Amino acid sequence: MTEPTFIACHECDLLQHLKSPPPGGSARCPRCGAVLHRSKRDSLNRTLALSLAGLTLFAVANAFPFLAFEMQGQVTQTRLFTGVRDLYDQGMWGLAALVLLTTIIVPAVQLTLMLYILVPLKVGRAPQHLAGVLRLLQNLTPWGMMEVFMLGILVSVVKLAGMATIVPGLALWAFGLLIFVLAAAAASLDPHLIWEKVRYAP
Amino acid sequence: MKPWPSSAARQSLISCPSCELLSKVPANLDDRVRMRCPRCGATLHARKPNSLARTWALVIAAFIFYIPANVLPIMTVTSLGKTQSDTIMSGVAYLLLHGMWPLALLIFFASVVVPLLKLVILVYLLISVQLRSRWRPRDRTRLYRITEAVGRWSMVDIYVVTILVALVHLGNLATIRAEAGAVFFGAVVVITIFAALTFDPRLIWDRLEQSHE
Repeated sequence: MTEPTFIACHECDLLQHLKSPPPGGSARCPRCGAVLHRSKRDSLNRTLALSLAGLTLFAVANAFPFLAFEMQGQVTQTRLFTGVRDLYDQGMWGLAALVLLTTIIVPAVQLTLMLYILVPLKVGRAPQHLAGVLRLLQNLTPWGMMEVFMLGILVSVVKLAGMATIVPGLALWAFGLLIFVLAAAAASLDPHLIWEKVRYAP
Repeated sequence: MKPWPSSAARQSLISCPSCELLSKVPANLDDRVRMRCPRCGATLHARKPNSLARTWALVIAAFIFYIPANVLPIMTVTSLGKTQSDTIMSGVAYLLLHGMWPLALLIFFASVVVPLLKLVILVYLLISVQLRSRWRPRDRTRLYRITEAVGRWSMVDIYVVTILVALVHLGNLATIRAEAGAVFFGAVVVITIFAALTFDPRLIWDRLEQSHE
């Protein structure tokens, strides 16, 4: 970025020069304090590595047993998807859809779209429909709620601890790691860097 | 040029909501024509369209749904022939009675305080914008930022119900069913997230600039 870039703050619309933030720091709007830009080191490689790791963890989190519940010799094995299926079986399709969307579909789509953008950029090509894909990725952000689901697991486990034994499965560990990996991937993705690669005639 | 500093809107500039590129608004713009960002193709609006009306509608809808969400049971536990229904508050009371007060506090905060606080803050922001308030715009923007960030954590109770339904599946010994309250509660969370998305914090600052003129 050589020429000064003008931007408007997305929270208060103040027109200003976008100053490059110091390494590890962030640029804030002087009027309302909104974060305008965070510095990201080696954004492309890091996000690519993290999304690949994330997709692997996602596969493990969905394929392996999540939690087992043991009470008076009876054992219930569950997977990540079990709760969604049971809600659907009880006629709660709206809730089932909400849980499915926020804990499985949105994270999967986020990881896939990141790879869709980053793999071609890594080999020096611009992916098709880059702008639309990036916009979809931005719009999905509020709807991925894996960390909230993790808190739900902790609450459930403590609630049931008195009456039964809860056995964590491999998928639970993968899911826990995936939360951090996905958050790190989202944080290291630098949309400014990618938008600069979108060609257009001003 | 109008005096510096200025909002982009006063300079007839629109910031792209997606890629942040600034575009000049043509002087003779036809209302029926949609402006698109020349770089990324996103639809451009100087402010989120109908922000106040839409946010009001969603906030009122959420307030209405908040009542059945708290009055109706969110789940029913059937254990050895006995059935017991739990609302959000009776769930909190159960945790308190069994000495799990950190958990009780967490659920009370996430399920009762956060949605209500979020709605109250949005109502306050809407009214303050409509009354053209000039009071502490920076703090009001910060309030908006908090509502936007904190709403997702209300989903905790929905997830607890989901996990309990999946785990406690022991035939006659014990089963758990999700109930209508959970549906309304889920709706409150989703509607308040949309409400925070449709509110445009730039309106807080617009009123400030207008009152200088």
